[in-house]
Amino acid sequence: MSDAGAKPALQTTAGATTAPAEVSIFQIFLEFLIIGATSFGGVVPYLRGSLVTKRHWVDDKEFVEMLSISQSLPGLNATNMAVLVGEKLGGAMGAFAGVIGMCLPGAVLMFVVGIFYRIHGDHVWITAALKGVAAAAVGLILSTVVSLSKKSLSAKFDFVFIALTVVAVNRFHISVPKTLIAVGILAILFHHPRKEQKTVATP
Amino acid sequence: MNQIPALIRVFSYLSLLTVGGGMAAFPEMKILTVDVHQWLDFKQLIHLYSVGQMAPGPNMMMIVSIGQWAGGTLGALAVLIAFFGPTAILAFLVAKGWRKLEKWPWRTSIQQGLAPVSIGLLLAGCFSMAKGAITGVETAGIAVAVLLILLQYKINPALLVVAGAVIGLFTFMPK
Repeated sequence: MSDAGAKPALQTTAGATTAPAEVSIFQIFLEFLIIGATSFGGVVPYLRGSLVTKRHWVDDKEFVEMLSISQSLPGLNATNMAVLVGEKLGGAMGAFAGVIGMCLPGAVLMFVVGIFYRIHGDHVWITAALKGVAAAAVGLILSTVVSLSKKSLSAKFDFVFIALTVVAVNRFHISVPKTLIAVGILAILFHHPRKEQKTVATP
Repeated sequence: MNQIPALIRVFSYLSLLTVGGGMAAFPEMKILTVDVHQWLDFKQLIHLYSVGQMAPGPNMMMIVSIGQWAGGTLGALAVLIAFFGPTAILAFLVAKGWRKLEKWPWRTSIQQGLAPVSIGLLLAGCFSMAKGAITGVETAGIAVAVLLILLQYKINPALLVVAGAVIGLFTFMPK
């Protein structure tokens, strides 16, 4: 542990340029196609496994950063990540290839499932199974709510904003965009930049 | 009747509401697709959404099924582009700008402020879906069991949704 002191100095050179030499647009498409076809039960772990661990297209820090941008923006994590990573690797074409690859397998699958459900959705055994599936999906969303709360809330008072949002949408039937803008502005103002946070250690 | 323009309008609007996750748009999706345009009924919307949780990729691909029902293959394609196009373009534009804003102090404020709101929208979507999906003790039991298992163990959620189907088959099958 004698050379531990040398480490902080090295960190300053860790820039955003972690991309390997050249990644073709087709490679981007193919990688996201694989993720899009195999990511059962949520894309984030699959994205990390593929982009960070297997391909080294982004490093872990950049991945977390991109994920937090994806979460703050409208749009699904899956496609936002495809755009951000695709853009980094191959510009506009890379982003396009990433999104198409990501969406294609699920879209084809749900296209077929939709037709099947339309024809056979009234069968008693399908209705029975779907009742269980829908209940399980509610539990799944609730678990997402809990784990997101643990991960991304930065103040106890944030629960007030959560409650405000739920009550506005569910109880008073205020539209989602109005709620989003009104409560969003309140919450952003609440989290306004404070002087103390600016203490960035300058060497 | 040609539903394509309505499909494009509705789904590009819904796309911009998916802050924090697809579920955030669910209350508006219910109003627009079920009540206003009557492309499907509430039960079908819940079924499609839930089945969509078992599919790989972005977890809102059930929109393709709605598009297909309302406007055939072209409808499915229109919905796909309308739902993923606007947010993809927005993410693309932000990808460049956001990095430059790293020093901007309000950047952190925006992220910290949007976090509780997006969680609230997710929860609101969940409640409005639960109104149709949780119909008795059995369904409530399944939902709570899935929640507790996911919080306790590292298990693939898609497997639990499949398990929900099996339990549903045995529990709700008319004898």
